Order: sequence, then structure tokens, then C-alpha cells
Amino acid sequence: MSASSAFNEEKGGSSSVGEPEYGHDPASGGIFSSDYKRHDDLKEMLDSNKDSLKLEAMKRIVAMIARGKNASDLFPAVVKNVACKNIEVKKLVYVYLVRYAEEQQDLALLSISTFQRGLKDPNQLIRASALRVLSSIRVTIIVPIMMLAIKEAASDMSPYVRKTAAHAIPKLYSLDPEQKDQLIEVIEKLLADKTTLVAGSVVMAFEEVCPERIDLIHKNYRKLCNLLIDVEEWGQVVIINMLTRYARTQFLNPNMNESLLEEGSDKTFYGSDEDEDEEEEEKEKKAEAPMAKRKPYVMDPDHRLLLRNTKPLLQSRNAAVVMAVAQLYFHLAPKVEVGVIAKALVRLLRSHSEVQYVVLQNVATMSIKRRGMFEPYLKSFYIRSTDPTQIKVLKLEVLTNLANETNISTILREFQTYIKSMDKDFVAATIQAIGRCATNIGEVRDTCLNGLVQLLSNRDELVVAESVVVIKKLLQMQPEKHSDIIKHMAKLTDNIQVPMARASILWLIGEYCEHVPKIAPDVLRKMAKSFTNEEDIVKLQIINLAAKLYLTNSKQTKLLTQYVLNLAKYDQNYDIRDRARFIRQLIVPTEKSGALSKYAKKLFLALKPAPVLESPFKDRDHFQLGSLSHLLNAKAGGYQELPDWPEAAPDPSVRNVEVPEWTKCSSREKRKEKRVEKPFYSDSEGESGPTESADSESDSASGSEMGSGLEESGSGSESEGSEEEDEKDKKKIKKDLKKPVKESESEQSSEEEERKHQRKSDQQKSDSESESDEESDSESSQSESDDSDSEADVKKKKKAAESKPPPKPVKKDTKKEKKEMSLLDLDDFEPAASPQVTPVNSFLSNSLVTDLEGLSLSDAVLSPANISPCSALKSYELLHRIRGEGLSVEYCFSRQPFSPDGNMVAVQMQFTNNATSEAKNLHMEDVKLQSGMRVKEFPEIELLPAGETATAVMGIDFCDSTQAANFQLCTHTRKFFVSIQPPVGELMRPVFLTENEFKKEQGQLMGMNEITEKLTLDAKCRNEHTIVQRVTTAANLSRVPCGSDKECRFAGRTVTSGSLVLATVATKEGGAAQLTVNCEKMVIGTMLVKDVLLALTQ
Amino acid sequence: MIHSLFLINASGDIFLEKHWKSVVSRSVCDYFFEAQERASEPENVPPVIPTPHHYLISVLRHRIYFVAVIQSEVPPLFVIEFLHRVVDTFQDYFGVCTEAAIKDNVVVVYELLEEMLDNGFPLATESNILKELIKPPTILRTMVNTITGSTNVGEQLPTGQLSVVPWRRTGVKYTNNEAYFDVVEEIDAIIDKSGSTITAEIQGVIDACVKLTGMPDLTLSFMNPRLLDDVSFHPCVRFKRWEAERILSFIPPDGNFRLLSYHVSSQNLVAIPVYVKHNITFREGSSQGRFDLTLGPKQTMGKAVEAVLVSSQLPRGVLNANLNASQGTYTFDPVTKMLTWDVGKINPQKLPSLKGSMNLQAGASKPDENPTINIQLKIQQMAISVSTVTRWPLGGAKCTKAPPHMTPETTPLAGYDSDEASLR
Repeated sequence: MSASSAFNEEKGGSSSVGEPEYGHDPASGGIFSSDYKRHDDLKEMLDSNKDSLKLEAMKRIVAMIARGKNASDLFPAVVKNVACKNIEVKKLVYVYLVRYAEEQQDLALLSISTFQRGLKDPNQLIRASALRVLSSIRVTIIVPIMMLAIKEAASDMSPYVRKTAAHAIPKLYSLDPEQKDQLIEVIEKLLADKTTLVAGSVVMAFEEVCPERIDLIHKNYRKLCNLLIDVEEWGQVVIINMLTRYARTQFLNPNMNESLLEEGSDKTFYGSDEDEDEEEEEKEKKAEAPMAKRKPYVMDPDHRLLLRNTKPLLQSRNAAVVMAVAQLYFHLAPKVEVGVIAKALVRLLRSHSEVQYVVLQNVATMSIKRRGMFEPYLKSFYIRSTDPTQIKVLKLEVLTNLANETNISTILREFQTYIKSMDKDFVAATIQAIGRCATNIGEVRDTCLNGLVQLLSNRDELVVAESVVVIKKLLQMQPEKHSDIIKHMAKLTDNIQVPMARASILWLIGEYCEHVPKIAPDVLRKMAKSFTNEEDIVKLQIINLAAKLYLTNSKQTKLLTQYVLNLAKYDQNYDIRDRARFIRQLIVPTEKSGALSKYAKKLFLALKPAPVLESPFKDRDHFQLGSLSHLLNAKAGGYQELPDWPEAAPDPSVRNVEVPEWTKCSSREKRKEKRVEKPFYSDSEGESGPTESADSESDSASGSEMGSGLEESGSGSESEGSEEEDEKDKKKIKKDLKKPVKESESEQSSEEEERKHQRKSDQQKSDSESESDEESDSESSQSESDDSDSEADVKKKKKAAESKPPPKPVKKDTKKEKKEMSLLDLDDFEPAASPQVTPVNSFLSNSLVTDLEGLSLSDAVLSPANISPCSALKSYELLHRIRGEGLSVEYCFSRQPFSPDGNMVAVQMQFTNNATSEAKNLHMEDVKLQSGMRVKEFPEIELLPAGETATAVMGIDFCDSTQAANFQLCTHTRKFFVSIQPPVGELMRPVFLTENEFKKEQGQLMGMNEITEKLTLDAKCRNEHTIVQRVTTAANLSRVPCGSDKECRFAGRTVTSGSLVLATVATKEGGAAQLTVNCEKMVIGTMLVKDVLLALTQ
Repeated sequence: MIHSLFLINASGDIFLEKHWKSVVSRSVCDYFFEAQERASEPENVPPVIPTPHHYLISVLRHRIYFVAVIQSEVPPLFVIEFLHRVVDTFQDYFGVCTEAAIKDNVVVVYELLEEMLDNGFPLATESNILKELIKPPTILRTMVNTITGSTNVGEQLPTGQLSVVPWRRTGVKYTNNEAYFDVVEEIDAIIDKSGSTITAEIQGVIDACVKLTGMPDLTLSFMNPRLLDDVSFHPCVRFKRWEAERILSFIPPDGNFRLLSYHVSSQNLVAIPVYVKHNITFREGSSQGRFDLTLGPKQTMGKAVEAVLVSSQLPRGVLNANLNASQGTYTFDPVTKMLTWDVGKINPQKLPSLKGSMNLQAGASKPDENPTINIQLKIQQMAISVSTVTRWPLGGAKCTKAPPHMTPETTPLAGYDSDEASLR
């Protein structure tokens, strides 16, 4: 009650405020009083209890708003209905509120609490709409409330609410730019979102708030690429435009070596353009093979991912999406691949004329750079009599750009038809186009000129005038041949009235007066007569003509010239007066005239370069195509420059997704299980990344699809997990089917322990299976549908077989690797794993590494016989089968002394050729090392037949650091960036010490050089035997005999510097233990402690 | 993105405005009116007009200008495409998109615009979602609403927005499950005066009307998909499946929608279904001209050529025309000099002709060009590109009732220019 009374008071207050405002409203003017009365009855209706009356009132108010009438004085009466039960009334109140809140800030605050309540509603749609309206109220005071609401909504369970939060970000930003930093945090969070619903909106927010923060995109780049096809159309446009800019900063110019292999590449690539996309992978291989030989440029797989995932969108029904993809290809694709966009752009020409207008502008720009692209579609640019003039002119522009020696005759024939059109602007443009064709193509210059001269006798003055202007330009190129034409044109001065044409003729006669010595003075005579009636530009040309004639033929024209100059002296236009004065000083010799008059002839009759007739669309491509700025040829507000390609590619590893992202996952245990399955998963998943949902839609029965969709909405982050589980289930089914085959086929190490892994994990998985089944109902239904739908599996398999390495699978692999190996998280594929990152990572991912270490060790428990270091060797992946196009390479630290150089660590590499063709000339190149490091390359493997395996040993002197050795692994066709990074334990070799020696050495390495760490031993590793085994697995140390069974001692020396490394594990009651490491090199010591600790605690 | 929208009618009145961000004064439209004055024809107003503080992007549909106000960089096609989508939605809702229809339904229009954009960024543009949010007005519903006071704003929440198939409503039920597909093909050809084709291309669309229960998953295959040079799809069609197998696989929206449009390029020879005999002459020195035009069918495979409409822009010098049509009616507009002849159906036995004389302005010289003739026509039940649908298996378990039957209906429409080029 108190609230309503407050309202009434407010109402009284505001209507008195409202009244004068209303009086100013020009729209109401005369019927002011009656209008005012009407408002009164509206207020009454709004105050009534009946919803129908309220609704009627609101409808009338909204109609007023729509007509642009001011309805702000009704604000209090309307606002109190914000909590009305009737949905339509409520919606209309929202409409009103958003429209007038800015003008009535204080009153608007009264509605806020309703929305705040709405934000807590259990229904996601109500939460979303509350946030939507709240954020649309442009009142500065509520900025903190909005900020809070956005932050909350950004972590809402429902992706729809998160989407709304993304929409709210630019609203808040425009209201209060001070909030930028906080908003960027929210954007960063939302960018990590994995649902298609959010992706478009958040990128939109990103573009409005912080387009310069390109670093936020790195981690999400691959995800965005893969989601793209399922994002709604409008989001696609925004994402594609943003990714274009991103790619320009992150990748190398694919056309950088264009000039080098212009002809060659064209031939090599020809096939690849025409073929269908299914075989794209194959083609790429073929196409890239020779390229690799010829030039060092290799396209970043991420760059390729973007191009591949955007291509199908060329078939979107939305012209904006097609245009966005077209500009992306134009700016980013290798020259030979750009051609694919032409067809789609030509298709857009059948759309509405506004669409045509924009598309033709862009085609005009493109056709200057890449003429060949549109040549096959020449006829599509022929002009129809029904086209609007602006479209006709643009089509002419494109036709002119496309003209070359071979097609010029057809184009000119078309032009001749156009000249007969009734649309005179279009005819003028056609004549100019003919002029441009004539200048560009020498062969037809004479034909064009003759044609244009014929036009001089046209009945339409405009046509004649335009022809004169163009002929003038053409004649300048070779005047001596065409004195006839000049004479002909001189005659025209009697008839033509268009100033520009008259001026052109006069200029021509003046310029070439030597070719027409008889006519020129006569023309001047006529002009002198009509001087006062001429337009300004004609007057200026008359003065010019007079001056030139005076200089060449002063005998005949002296008097005429003086007459003209005198007329000009008293002209109304100051330009003409100035010109006359200037010319008089220059040409008429007086005693005072300076040095300049000597050169007058040179000044006036200098040889003028012929004008270059060029397209107005030249050089417009420095604007991003498809943008407003490009269309206007001027920078629009908020336009983001398209950056130039970088000289050298920035570190591509920034796009690798870090592990911590995954720790968010609800159940760690489940996660682990999944990782075991990853290699298969990623093969198919990564390949079909973008199509994933589309595929599953088609493969699985639609019912389950819906189910998962709904479930997704119901449970925010969980949904992601369940999706993956579905995937996992599929994989499981498949795996069960082909288990025997799998081992041999597996691209991962086929070593004994690996197999145990699988088995073990299978077991564990089936345990967790039931658990996860309970968690999501949809999952089981999904798997059922999968069972029935065997087609789906077949397809998946097919895909897995033919798949190519998009970065995503590699990423996933990395995660999988984590399980098996401790430190090599970045080794996978980045050519330049930054040295700073790696060690940090190895520490940060601590907990995970611990997990993983445990797993691998438990394997060892299963095979206790193998204590020799060799058997415990872990192998790491150097090159994944998929990325290596069939070639997979693994390496392990063999712990054997490397005979050629004692300071080097021996790395044993195993090459497996899974491809169908043989690999030749395997060798390494282009080794990039930190200072001090050295590498002894492995001998070249000349031939590796398909399906075979070969081993080679290389030596690396890591200089006692865990920095990675980066190099290129080359086959006869391809180069792969790979890197090897050693775990610290491999940087030492065992030494044999006696107990006394050990104690002595240890005594010398005290203080700073000693690191002690307390730990609790893993339950499985409380006996001496296991401890020894675990320590020696983690580090290449040898056991030192020891009297006490409570202590285990180990010793080694670093490989390069030979510094002693001593480790002691002293066990106590109840699993407690103490680890002591003594080492001169503190960094090594610290890292070793961590590693050993990990090994022992799991 | 899009700041505001103004709707302007042919006489230059702003009859609706809507703002999504802070209010932009309607005086910004003055720049538009200036550009409109400069343009000779209504369709020649440039779609993008820069003003000192804003950019105006407009589309012209149904003689209404839809002018969007933009403040900063945005792809122009983005806005244009959206505006066309708005018009399509209005048409979908009100049957026609005229000034009167918009004024009558101003509240619905406002509600629609509110839902379609949020802060200038498109939110819900799928007609299925919108119809769930706001029910289209029908006469019956308007009556019921006025009596019962109920609303045409949907009571249920728009769950479609949350779904992975946002274009389809949930919980669709029909007692009769049907699906209709219309194949409409248009030929666009330019023919010179001797009758040889300069360019011809076929543009086709498949419009569908699907009324199926639940979540049907459909596949559609073509006999000769290679003919389709270039296609664009409704978002419901799975791209990958098309690329791999040339099969259309999709979960359709409910109701009417355009499934795909395709393009058959001019490389494949196109048979033009009619021919034109023409004789248009102006005699030098006299103020008389002769006009003689005969149409006849050609290669129509026995199908009737219907709804033939001939139009021609006569030279400016022509004052009026005294013609005699053997069939149909003709009109000549002396202001625009547009001659229109509504022929109707062509009877192969008795070819339609239009003969007579034209009066020229006294003293005016003979026009030096002959007019262009545009011909529009329709042929039912004939596909020019011969890309017939062959297979119609119904995927998905949900729809088990009677299989939908299909009525392919082909309506080629040829916009057909015959250029009378005397230079050739």
C-alpha cells in the first residue's frame, strides 16, 4: 500500500514535470488539450484492476511510441504495472520502460527490484528476460547492480542465460566505460564457454568492448573454429570477421612466396581447386608436398583449420555469412584457393538489389586483385534492363575490371548495346568504361576510339559530352595520329553545350594546336565572342587556349589573347581573375617580367603524361572487405584495421589448451577414465569437430538428440561432460567390437605396459560406467540409439581412417599423454615451445602429473620382474600418426651411454609408417637450440616402407637444463616441427659410490645445495623394493648400498657438467618419509625433488 | 550494431520508429530524404548513406523504406540481410507487408521487433521461435481476444530458443502428416534482336510446407545432383552430408520455409520456352511509328504457357500508342512511357499478337534506339533443369504415420529481355 501511495505522489510530481515537456512536443501542437485528456484516461485505465483495460492502455501507449509521440508523462502510471501478472501487459511495460528509463532515471529505479527478483527465478527463461530488461535500462546508478547480475549470469547453469549475459556486456559498457576491466574478465570467462548458443554473442561483446585483446582468443581459437558451423547465422558473421583479424596477426602470409613459384604452383594446384571437398585431405597432401619442397612455407594447421571450417558456410542462405566467408578467404587463403568464393558471390547477385549493391562493390575490389577468379562468370555481370542504375554502374565496373585481350570483343559488343539504353547516367558510365578498356588493352584502342568518335554524332548531348571527355583522355596517349579527330571535335564546339565537354575540346585544341594550326585560332576567335556567357571551367580553358596559341602563333592571336585576358580581368570569379593576371605576367613580355617568362613555352607546352584511367576500387582492399568502411571507402567509427601479416609467426603453442581448464570437470575419476580412451576419441572427434553435432544429429535418432539438447540446457557445465560421455560410449562399443585389431592398429606405443593400461582402464571404466549412467539418462538412450544405428559407427570409423590432423586431436592427445608421462605436455607439436613456459607447466600441472605418475607406476607393480631401467622406459610421442600424415614417431631416453659424445643424452626414436605409401629420406633439419646445447643427428633413414618400423638413436646435449630441443623432422615430402624435452631425471647418469663416499660427498653438499621434503608414501609403495624402483624410474640414478633398511640412497652425475646428484629416502613409521636431495645445481635439485616426490606419493 | 529503425512510406512519412539503444532523433532521416530526392527512381536510393554521426542503411520492399541507423562499423550486408528478414517476418505474420498492415498491427510489430533484436544484435529471427513467442494475428483470434481479453503473446516460454534445432517448435502434433514441396525454377535470359541467347541461367528454389508430428528427420535425394551448380541451404540442412553424399538431410522447421535455392549456370544450355517476332519501326520525318509483336511457344513439352506479361519501355518521344491486341489487354502509361500487355495463356493455334501504330511528338526526330521487351511467363509442371527428386525415404522413428505425399509443382518464370541493338 505504501508503495502505491508513493507512486501516486510520484505521479503527481512527474506529471508536473511532464507537462512542460509535453508542451514542447511539436507533434502534438494544436490538439494539446485533447491529447492531454486522453492521457488522463490512459492513466485511469492503467490504474484499474482489469487486465484487459491495462492491456488496451498499454497498446495505445506503445502505438504512440511507435509513431514517435512523446508518452513520457505516463511513466509512473506505467511503471507500477511492471509486476503485472498478464504477460503481454508485462512485455509492453518493458518496452515502455526501456524506451523512457533514460529520461526518468529516478522513477525507473522503482522497477529494479522486480528484475532483481526475476534474476533469482528457477526458470531460466525468466532469469534471462529479467537480465535482458535490467541491462537495457540506461540508468547510471544501477551500474553496480547490472555488473553483479552479469557476473552471476555468466556462471549460470543455463547457456541461454549466459548468452543473455553476453548481450548485456556491451550495454553496460556503453553506459559506463569505466567498467571495462571487470567486463573483460566476464568476457574471458564466457569465451571459454563451449556452447554454440553463447559463442556468437560473446564474440560480439568482445568486438565491442575489447577488440584489441587478441590474446583472449588464443585459448578459444580452435574451439570457435570447430563450433562455428553450429552457431546461429548472425553470430557466425561476427566470429568470422573477428577470426579474420586474428589470423592476420597469428599466421604467416600464405602467398608470401607467390612471386617465386607463380607458374609452378598454379599448375600443381589446378586439380585441387576443381575437385570435391571429400577428398580435400588427400589433395592437400598432394598439393602441399611439392610446395614443401619448393619453399619453406608450411601452413599452420590452425590456419588450415579455419579455412576448412568456414568453407561450407559459403552455402549459407544468409548473404552476410557468405560475404564474411568470402572476405575471409580473400584475406587469408592461399591465392589458389580463393577461387571457391566466386561462385557463391555470383549466386548472391540473384538476391535483393541492396544485397547486390554491396556484393558488387566487393566483387569490384576483388576483381582488380584477382581477375581470374571471376572471369568464368563474366556473363553473370551482364546488365539487365531492369537493374537499378546503381547496380548497372557497379556491374560495368566489374566488367571493365574483367576485360582482357581474349574477352574484350564480347565485352565491347555488350557495351555497344548499353549505349542505346534510355538511362543516360548509365550510358555515361558505359562510355567511361569503354575509355578504360581502351587504355588498359592496347589492341582495342583504335576500335574504341573510332566507336567513340561515332558517338560524337549522337543525338543525345550527354552522350556526346561524355565521349568528348573520354576521347580527350585517349588522345593524350598518341595525339600525333589523330589530328582528324581533333578537327572533328573542334567543329563540335558550335553545338555542344555541356561545359565539361567544351572545356575538354578547348584543352585538346590548345594542347595540340600544332597539329591543327589553321583551326585553332578560329576556335579561339569564336570563344572570345562567347566568353562572357561560358561556365567557369570553360572560361579557364579559353584562357589556357589563348595562352598556348599566343606562345606558338603570336602573329595571329596576339590581339585575341589580349582581348580574352582583358575580359577575364573583370570576371566575377576570382579564380578566373587570378588566372588571367598570372598568365598575362607569364606570357606577355614586359620590361619587368622575371626569369619565368623565358620558360613560358616550356611551362605551357610541356609534354603531359597521359592520364591513368583507373578503377575507383583500386586499393580499396586495404579495408577489410565486406565492412562498412570498405563500402564507403572511409574509415567508419569503431573500424578495426586489418593488420598486415607478421614477418614471423608468433608462437602457435599459445592456442594449446591448458590442462587446468579440465580440472573444472565434475568428477576427476571419470575424467581419467575418459582420457584413456582419448586416442580414438580424438581421431574422430577432432576431425569432425565442427560437424560433431551435425553428424550426431544425423547419425543418432533424433529423439536422443533432442534429449541431449534439453539436458544440456538443464545442466550447465555438466552437459559438456555428458556429451563427451556419449562419445565415449560410442567409442567403447566400437572398441569392444574390434579389440583384437586395435592393439596392432593403435598408433600409440604397442609396448607391453601400454596394453596393460588399456586393460586396466577398461576394467575401471566398466566400474564407472554404471555411475555415469545414473548421472544422465539421456546418455543411456544415446548409447542405445547408437547400438541400433550401426551406420553411425561405420561412418565414424571411416572418418577416423581418413582423418587429417586438426589441432584439436593433438590437444586431446596431449591430455592423454599426461596420463602416461609426467612432463611432456608441450612436446607434442609446437615448433617453438617457449622455454619459460615448459618448466612452469611441469610444476603447475603438478597434481595431474601426480595422478598420471601413479598410473604408470602401478603398471610397474604388475610386472615386478622388470627393474632394469630399460624395461621401465617410458616412450613419448614426437609425432602423432595423424599429424604426421601416417608417420608416427616416438622416442624414449634409452639411458645407454651415447658413444659418439659422452656429454649427450641418448634418445632412441622409433619411426612407424602407418601410411599406405612409403616414406623416404627421413632426416632432421633446422635444429633450434638454446645456447650451449648440441645435437648429434641420427643417420638418415633412406626408406621406410608402409607398415614398417625403424629405430634410430640421436644424441642431445641438454646442457643440464630441461629446455626443449626443437627441430624439423623431414621426409621426402613434408617437414614437421617437433621438439624433445627431457624430464630432469634423464639429465643424469648413474655413478657407483660406496656408502662412505656417499656420506662424504653429501657432507660437502649441505646448506643451499640440500633440499629436504617430507612426504607420506603411497600405500602401495612402502617396501624398499618399490621405493627403489620408483625412484630409478623417475630419475636415472643408481642405488648406493646402505646399511640401514630404513634408508635408500641413490647417486648420479649430471650428464654435461658431471655434478653429483645424491638422493636419500628415509622411511619412518606409518608411511611417513623424508626425501633429501643434494646437488650442486640447485635448479636440478629442486626439480628432481618434485619428480621423485610425485613418483613416491602416488 | 543496429541503433534504430525507421519505416518510411512512399510519400516520405515516418510512420514507425523503434530504438534499441538510446533514442536517435528522427531528424537523422533528413539525410535519407535528401538522398531520395537526388535519386531519379525509388530503387536508386543508395543502400548506405553516411551522415556526420550515423550511417543509414536502408532496404526498399513493398514501397516501404526500412531505414536502419548504425553508429559504428558493422558489415552492411549484416544489416541488409536482417532488414529483409524483418520484412519476411512481417509478411509471414500479416500476409502482406504494407503500410496499412503494419499500422493496424503496430503492437505486434513492436513486440516482434523487440524480440528480434537485443541491443541491436539479432536475437530470435527464426519464424518458428517468434510464432511461439507472439502468435500471428488472425481474424478469429482478434475476435476472441477482444471478447475474452486474452492476448496474442504466447503463454508458454519459448523453449525453441534453447534447443539444438532452434528453427523447430517442440511438441508439434498433426493428425494428418503431410509434406509438400514446390520446385520453382526461374530462367533469366537476355536475347538479342536476332533471337540468339546472350546469357541464360536458371535459378531454382525448393519451397517446402512440412506438417509432421514430432521431430522428423528427413532425407531427400536428387536424380542428378550434379546439375546443381551452386546451392544454398536453410540452416537445418546438414552441410557435411550434402558434401559427402549429395543428399539433403534435415530436421525441418514446422510450416512453410525455403529448403534450398540452387543455381544452374549458363554453361548448360537453356531452352527458352517462347519466341517473339517483333517489328518496331519509326519512320524518319513522320510522327508515326509501327509496332508489331507476335508471341509463340517453343520447346514447352506440350505444357501450356501461362500468365504471359509483356512490358516495354518505349522511347521518350512516343506520345501514345494505338494498338490492337488479339488477346488480353494492353495499357500504355504516357508519363513513364511504359507499355504493358497482359497476354494470359498462349494458344498455340492462335498466336497472340499486338499490332498498331505509335504517335510521336511532333517535330521530334526518330528515336535512335529500339525498346527493350521484357517477357514474364509461367509454365506449370515443367522443370527446365531436370533435377527431379527421386528418393523420398523418411528417416527418424518419430513419424510413423502415413508417408507424406509430394506435389512437385514447377513454375518457371522467365524474365526475358530482347535487346534491339541496331549497332550489331
